[in-house]
Amino acid sequence: MTSGEMLKIDPEQEIEKIAHVIRKTVRTTMRRRGAVVGVSGGIDSAVCAALSVRALGSGNVLALLMPERDSSAISKRLGLELADTFSIPCVEENITPILEGARCYERQLEAIRHVFPDYGEGWKNKIILPSILDGDRLNVSRLTVQTPEGEYRTERLPMNQYCQLVAATNFKQRIRTMMEYYHADRLNYAVCGTPNRLEYDQGFFVKGGDGLADYKPIAHLYKTQVYALARALGVPEGICSRTPTTDTYSLEQTQEEFYFALPYEKMDACLYSFNHALAPETVAASLGLTADQVMRVYNDIEAKRRATLPLHLPALTMETVDPIAAMIDDSKKNNYSA
Amino acid sequence: MAQIDVRDQVHQFIRDNFIFDDTKTVDGQTSLLGSGIVDSTGILELIGFLESQYSLKFNDNELIGENFDSIDKITAFLETKMDGHH
Repeated sequence: MTSGEMLKIDPEQEIEKIAHVIRKTVRTTMRRRGAVVGVSGGIDSAVCAALSVRALGSGNVLALLMPERDSSAISKRLGLELADTFSIPCVEENITPILEGARCYERQLEAIRHVFPDYGEGWKNKIILPSILDGDRLNVSRLTVQTPEGEYRTERLPMNQYCQLVAATNFKQRIRTMMEYYHADRLNYAVCGTPNRLEYDQGFFVKGGDGLADYKPIAHLYKTQVYALARALGVPEGICSRTPTTDTYSLEQTQEEFYFALPYEKMDACLYSFNHALAPETVAASLGLTADQVMRVYNDIEAKRRATLPLHLPALTMETVDPIAAMIDDSKKNNYSA
Repeated sequence: MAQIDVRDQVHQFIRDNFIFDDTKTVDGQTSLLGSGIVDSTGILELIGFLESQYSLKFNDNELIGENFDSIDKITAFLETKMDGHH
């Protein structure tokens, strides 16, 4: 079976199904008038915004652009194009001053200078993982910097500095979520979360940041399927053809070099195959990989699930608190019923 | 340094820093990565400890499961590395 066959869906049918559940979630379960969608210029937030428009009407959706100092200018242009295409009211909130207030950039700089003491004005950085395909490599992140002259240097970060750099960078996602909830509270709207299945399954989100939302309309869809929906919904071509990036670090960074082992098409197929207990030998050839490589990806999927499970968990009370616990269960049950 | 010391020190470090559940044990062959005892942040912590404790610097091509996935493998790798160092 090819990856295209594995992940084939009927986009129109899926769009109608999701729109129905969004309406039910926002209006009946959440009792909100509309939805705020943080728009990044990427495919996931574009599809979430378009689905929310289909469900709630364009007048009941707010597109929020939240650029900061390290954001790409293309992200903003594509975000505006999306809002224009779907006639969504759009607000821009530049979060750089808040990040400066939280000393996000200063804390990043302190961590980076531990390994690159000269790092400063005009330099850029990103975190990368070695390729999982090259062998039995450990998931050891490294920091790549670009000097103002364009020279690239890469070093392994000690744990404390790595954690500080990631923790400081997580301010970006958390402040964006805070801003989404400001507008949601102001308008009596719900907040739409935008993870696709790869991100949701593999814990590629920040707890209390992009992991926090009231509904997540594409968390069950593989990225390949998100693209299929994008085309059916009429998402602008510039967004559909853009390489997925994190747009989080100052150097351009693909999602596969930061977190996922493979480009999304292959990662989708591996995740699907792993979920359906397909033997590595049966899927390797169609992906252009060896069975050993597929096995390493399977192990990596499992390891990431295990490591990121706490990100999915709500705050755990020391014992069940009724009737709230029962009411939460009821809400979930009702929301999933037809 | 005797092999037994290295093994004990590595074992102690893993017990102190990665075994949060008192009922769990780890032996020389336990897969640290496969069993989830050491995750991607933990591996940085482990590498940092080993480099500092034994005054070593690991190359990127040495950061593989074959060298770090169990206490036995770490011990063997460190022995080889320290032999080459002296």
